[in-house]
Amino acid sequence: MADLTSQKIPVTVLTGYLGAGKTTLLNRILSENHGKKYAVIVNEFGEIGIDNDLIIGADEEVFEMNNGCVCCTVRGDLVRILEGLMKRKGKFDAIIVETTGLADPAPVAQTFFVDEDVQKNARLDAVVTVADAKWLADRLKDAPEAKNQIAFADVIVLNKTDLVSPAELNEVEARIRAINPYAKLHRTERCQVKLSDVLERGAFDLDRILELEPEFLEAGDGHDHHDHHHGHDHHHDHDHSHDSHNSGGLKHYHDEDMQSLSLRSAKPLDATKFMPWLQNLVASEGQKILRSKGILAFSDDDDRYVFQGVHMMLEGDHQRAWKDGEARESRLVFIGRELPEQMIRDGFEDCITP
Amino acid sequence: MKEFDPGDNAASIVSVTDRVRPLSIGMPVTAVHFLGSQAAFVGAEETVALVNTAGEISPVAVHGGGILCVASDGTRVVTGGDDGRLVATDAKGEVTLLATDAKRRWIDTVALHPEGAVAWSAGKTAFVRSGRAEEKSFAMPSTVGGLAFAPKGLRLAVAHYNGVTLWFPNMTANPEFLEWAGSHLGAVFSPDNRFLVTTMHEPSLHGWRLADNRHMRMTGYPGRVRSMSWSAGGKALATSGADAVIMWPFASKDGPMGKEPAMLAPLQARVSMVACHPKQDIFAAGYSDGTILMVRLNDGAEILVRKNGTPPVTALAWNAKGTLLAFAAEDGDAGLLEL
Repeated sequence: MADLTSQKIPVTVLTGYLGAGKTTLLNRILSENHGKKYAVIVNEFGEIGIDNDLIIGADEEVFEMNNGCVCCTVRGDLVRILEGLMKRKGKFDAIIVETTGLADPAPVAQTFFVDEDVQKNARLDAVVTVADAKWLADRLKDAPEAKNQIAFADVIVLNKTDLVSPAELNEVEARIRAINPYAKLHRTERCQVKLSDVLERGAFDLDRILELEPEFLEAGDGHDHHDHHHGHDHHHDHDHSHDSHNSGGLKHYHDEDMQSLSLRSAKPLDATKFMPWLQNLVASEGQKILRSKGILAFSDDDDRYVFQGVHMMLEGDHQRAWKDGEARESRLVFIGRELPEQMIRDGFEDCITP
Repeated sequence: MKEFDPGDNAASIVSVTDRVRPLSIGMPVTAVHFLGSQAAFVGAEETVALVNTAGEISPVAVHGGGILCVASDGTRVVTGGDDGRLVATDAKGEVTLLATDAKRRWIDTVALHPEGAVAWSAGKTAFVRSGRAEEKSFAMPSTVGGLAFAPKGLRLAVAHYNGVTLWFPNMTANPEFLEWAGSHLGAVFSPDNRFLVTTMHEPSLHGWRLADNRHMRMTGYPGRVRSMSWSAGGKALATSGADAVIMWPFASKDGPMGKEPAMLAPLQARVSMVACHPKQDIFAAGYSDGTILMVRLNDGAEILVRKNGTPPVTALAWNAKGTLLAFAAEDGDAGLLEL
């Protein structure tokens, strides 16, 4: 299947609140000497000044699917545009979809799960969110769209870092981490980020779900790139109840309505219990769950099972055999709004083999 | 279920594969229409290839990019492109520019009226130009998914999100709105003008009896319906989208209401194209594995036109007399069958 996947055109979704620097990043991607051709889908009424041969204006029409679930929405215009673009296969290597500053990324992502024809030809590579270091903290308070975009992101480009002090930068980063500790975060000025950090991420590729650990950062060390992992293993499972506390110099916040929840078990799971539980969970709580991911060890199964989801949509597969000596540990993460934490924890506990 | 295995089953079905004139169009093909005895194969981009009965191929440059939609009235094929142009190509290969979008938007859909009117859409705007009259446009509530002219009068069905707008371009009356939740992507009128059927983004069809706007839900498809064709006289509507051709009965005044569709020519592959014979109760069906069958409606008897083993069949058409069948797979491997 690897070959088939690689033939599909990768699609990067570029999101971010108004003025964060989406167009700057887009122009950087397009102007870099990478030898690749991009088809760019922008909002028809969006910012101008994008220099590219293949640029398509989109209407951002969000359609509800008639399958009974209210949060199952797709971008109808995107279905049509991707179908049209596929007539020009070979004329471009990848697609970038720039959303408006107020857009919810979910319908864009769900388009790639729901539509059969889109799935056949294209694959969602990653949701990249550009955030304004100076104003994001304010937007997280007054703009639910901004919070959605942070929560949904696989990659966060924290831009305009030159406009804030190191302390303010750490502050906004801690606010981001309170919502989404799993995204790759890059601090930038004028969106100066390596293209390999935003493109070809394979964030929705089941084969590339390797680990599910929060991205830890050290506060105030003054480096531009903070995306390196640290060896120590914090258990950052949001079991703290107070609003903020210090941990290794980086403040930990708890966002009022958007959280991440991480679950783990060293004992194998019972697949006959886990699968129905997960499906019921996303069916009933899918509106609250923005993203979910998991690496699972089932009893009587020598393969790692991986899954990922967007709201109510799930996809999962056996990934590979567990390696000798590899800890057969199950990990799940949920990012969402007002997650029913105790209910999820209890449900998960019931799926663990005695 | 059965599978056409050229080795074992070749003898068990009547085959006319040896009578097909093979063609290599040399480009991905998305549609075919007959202009008299010439087959016009529509490429995925830039080119329409005219092919005469001797198998001679004449490519005609029509667009400076992708070809997004096509319609034909038997004398011309009209194509809309991502170059914002609407272009007519006739049997001699003469190209006429019909319209250019002012903002160079994609021309997403096109429809032709038997008396010469042409309709097209770009984004949320539908346009109509009838024979001599000036161009008219109409803004829809959402992007136009499909267009169809009614067989009588100048009436245009515009499919979009949550329903269909019936627009009489030459009348001042407000357009009629037929509501049904969901995204409607294609539309056809029955030849007797009594029914309107749309294909939906979900794998289903929706229909209205126009006399009383009664709804007809036609569901159960595993995949989206992309190809529809009326049988001779409009007695049934043949559709793609399943691993058999789904035929909805339209002969009675209630159409398919309360009736089961016929399922003909099942294979272990998805039907990608259907084309009913213009005069006889026969249809041709193309499949996702490249197979093409001719099927008799009354008893389901099958004749093999093309064996499996290629990309999906994307183009299939009869000429008006019903003496020629043209087809192509996605990769441009094509053929002509003279009956």
